[in-house]
Amino acid sequence: MPVNFKDYRTTNLFDELVQRRARPRPVAKALCEYLENLGEQELGERLAAMNVAVMSMGVTFTVYSDGANIDRAWPLDPIPRIIPLSEWRRTEEGLKQRLTALNLFIDDLYGKQQIVKDGAFPREVLQHSRNFRKQCVGAKPAFGVWAHICGSDLVRDKDGTLYVLEDNLRVPSGVSYMLENRLVMKRVFPEMFEHYDIMPVDDYPSQLFDTLASISPRPADYPEVAVLTPGIYNSAYFEHSYLAQQMGAELVEGPDLVVGEDDCVYMRTIEGLSRVDVIYRRIDDEFLDPEVFNKDSILGVPGLMRAWRRGNVGLANAPGAGVADDKAVYAFVPDIIRYYLGQDPIVPNVPTYLCMRDDEREFVLANLDKLVVKPANESGGYGMLVGPHSTKSERQKFAELIRKDPRNYIAQPTLSLSTVPSLCDGNAAARHVDLRPFILQGDLLNVTTGGLCRVALREGSLVVNSSQGGGSKDTWVVANEETL
Amino acid sequence: MLSRVAENLYWMARYLERSENTARLINAHTNALLDLPRGMEFGWNALIDIMGCREEFDSIFSVSDERNVVKFLIADERNPSSIVSSLSSARAIARTLREVLQRELWEELNALYLYAKQEMPNSLGRRKRFEAMRQVIRGRQTVLGITDGTMSRDEGFQFFRLGRYSERSDMTSRIVDTHSAQLLGAQSDELPFENIRWINILRSLSAYQMYRQHVHVRVRGPEVLRFLIQDWQFPRSFTFGLHRCSECLAVLPSHDMALRVLGRLQRRIDEADMYELASEGLHEFVDELQLGLGELHAAVSTTYFRQDKAISA
Repeated sequence: MPVNFKDYRTTNLFDELVQRRARPRPVAKALCEYLENLGEQELGERLAAMNVAVMSMGVTFTVYSDGANIDRAWPLDPIPRIIPLSEWRRTEEGLKQRLTALNLFIDDLYGKQQIVKDGAFPREVLQHSRNFRKQCVGAKPAFGVWAHICGSDLVRDKDGTLYVLEDNLRVPSGVSYMLENRLVMKRVFPEMFEHYDIMPVDDYPSQLFDTLASISPRPADYPEVAVLTPGIYNSAYFEHSYLAQQMGAELVEGPDLVVGEDDCVYMRTIEGLSRVDVIYRRIDDEFLDPEVFNKDSILGVPGLMRAWRRGNVGLANAPGAGVADDKAVYAFVPDIIRYYLGQDPIVPNVPTYLCMRDDEREFVLANLDKLVVKPANESGGYGMLVGPHSTKSERQKFAELIRKDPRNYIAQPTLSLSTVPSLCDGNAAARHVDLRPFILQGDLLNVTTGGLCRVALREGSLVVNSSQGGGSKDTWVVANEETL
Repeated sequence: MLSRVAENLYWMARYLERSENTARLINAHTNALLDLPRGMEFGWNALIDIMGCREEFDSIFSVSDERNVVKFLIADERNPSSIVSSLSSARAIARTLREVLQRELWEELNALYLYAKQEMPNSLGRRKRFEAMRQVIRGRQTVLGITDGTMSRDEGFQFFRLGRYSERSDMTSRIVDTHSAQLLGAQSDELPFENIRWINILRSLSAYQMYRQHVHVRVRGPEVLRFLIQDWQFPRSFTFGLHRCSECLAVLPSHDMALRVLGRLQRRIDEADMYELASEGLHEFVDELQLGLGELHAAVSTTYFRQDKAISA
């Protein structure tokens, strides 16, 4: 049975490729025709080729619960998500606006805290932030930028509006899969690309390198950039090595680095110690420097904070940047944008209830079955409650958690995430998606073209995290929409 | 270049070389058996000694017959030197090196590992074994070809070659030691088909054809030894490996200690008289070669992998 879009059932939600009554959107017409004409056998062969490509390219990720198997093949769905360029341009502006404001905010928090003094941001949220690092107060990173790499999750609700669901300002991952997805798709489905002007995605590594180079303490020299990884057992190790390779940077582990008596950072090379200018660190704040944070950390580098505070090494993202991706802070981002930039947010926030506020907490507790509850400081979809899919005992457990520690919880309406046709048992079926673009800020601002599209491959599921069984799609930002 | 990366490249190359050497050894041995009348088999035991894994083998198997030895050397993951284990180690290291390796190289190595893991356990019988070994050799050669054709001749490349050639010389010395001990120790009437056995040694190192082309005498013990240890043109001779190692070291920084070790070893080889050694002292001589390789490894390790001095930034 070949793929057949006549049977495609969009729910009453927004579908990115197909309108009601199974009519492809103009931008998706050529793609849907191509897939329908492919035939069952041909499609099967392509899928096999795709799996071989993913396996042989070694595109893998780690699921911590998966025991000894440290690399599972990356799940890629062959039907791409398509975004018209005109829509993307506006989203891009919104994302740049957002990161600019967030960086002004972080810099302010570790400096004068003017926004708190002016009453635009409540002191108690700051006081209870688990990601505020007092060790960073007074530090002055280059350009006042703390979050150089930001991954913001976008979702589309049933009315077609794109919302920012969350910002990841600590060590966001996924960009390598975005790049690899495109490579695999070009290898396996070259004809799919024939009818489209698809914007390339592969300038990300050089933009990332430029961003990192811009914060080098020795701007006159060619910067020595290193990617600091926790090592091969980390779920994103593939990405760490991938980015290091693409940038021509060194991939280092904590023990490869040492801070000298001159408070500069060196790496151990075959010729002895050699100075490092910028570290793109992919380990969490807590493990960065055992002298300052977690004393038992063997992943980090003793003295690294000293070197950073003295301006002898650039750290991306800067320690403490995570203060702004706390989910309680998220609720204030529209205000933050207005406060620092005097502009209205271009891409809206999802309405968010703060359990620290009495009235909002009572509302949340009364509506647990309809809302999504998230802890303020977790990422990766761990520890959250999806109301409509929850059991009574789960809701009771969360009610208790919220009452015990209201500041640590926020709630949002259950969004009806938009869908994209995805290949399930040989035919196209509607599956929920989100989109994670990556935004870079150093001396310049850059946004990836599209981003990593994650898809919940189980029917009806809204959980797209790859660590929880989600898949991914290639994302096309398409320029020739009017000619299609 | 990071010390850790240099060390990983060195070991990855060693494991890759080992997998191919083992495949060649097994094919040569299997082939030689077919040329001997039944009942005249020389033992599979020798292969266990060559690979230096006697202890591991005996702790698992009580009988060293063809089936057990082949399984142990090809597919047994309990043997750290089996083909599957070697490729698995090489791939595990390559995973930590993906940022410095050519993408094509990684893909080929990954494919080779996936092939070995799946096919080796089913390729123990004689019928499938030959082809499976050929595939391993071919896969490894493809990896080498990609390295040769796409990798810059930078420091990483030197460590890759250093690993490859020191492993190869090591294997050559092991094969010479084990096989010739059997051959030289016996009177010729005790060991019929002596000729076939010397040919087998050459074939284990894919040296038969080159020997015939370059030595011009019929296969004779001392000449075979000379060819495998002292010939400077044949790529699997002990000396050839040493020469390549010193080329690598020559372009690496702070190479004095390692080059001194190599120089001493090379002089020892140049002075040796194979006709004399063939009648007496070969085993002790090969021991010396092995010790020399050990010293070389130690020198490389202290100089490049475990040092900690500052250079001007």
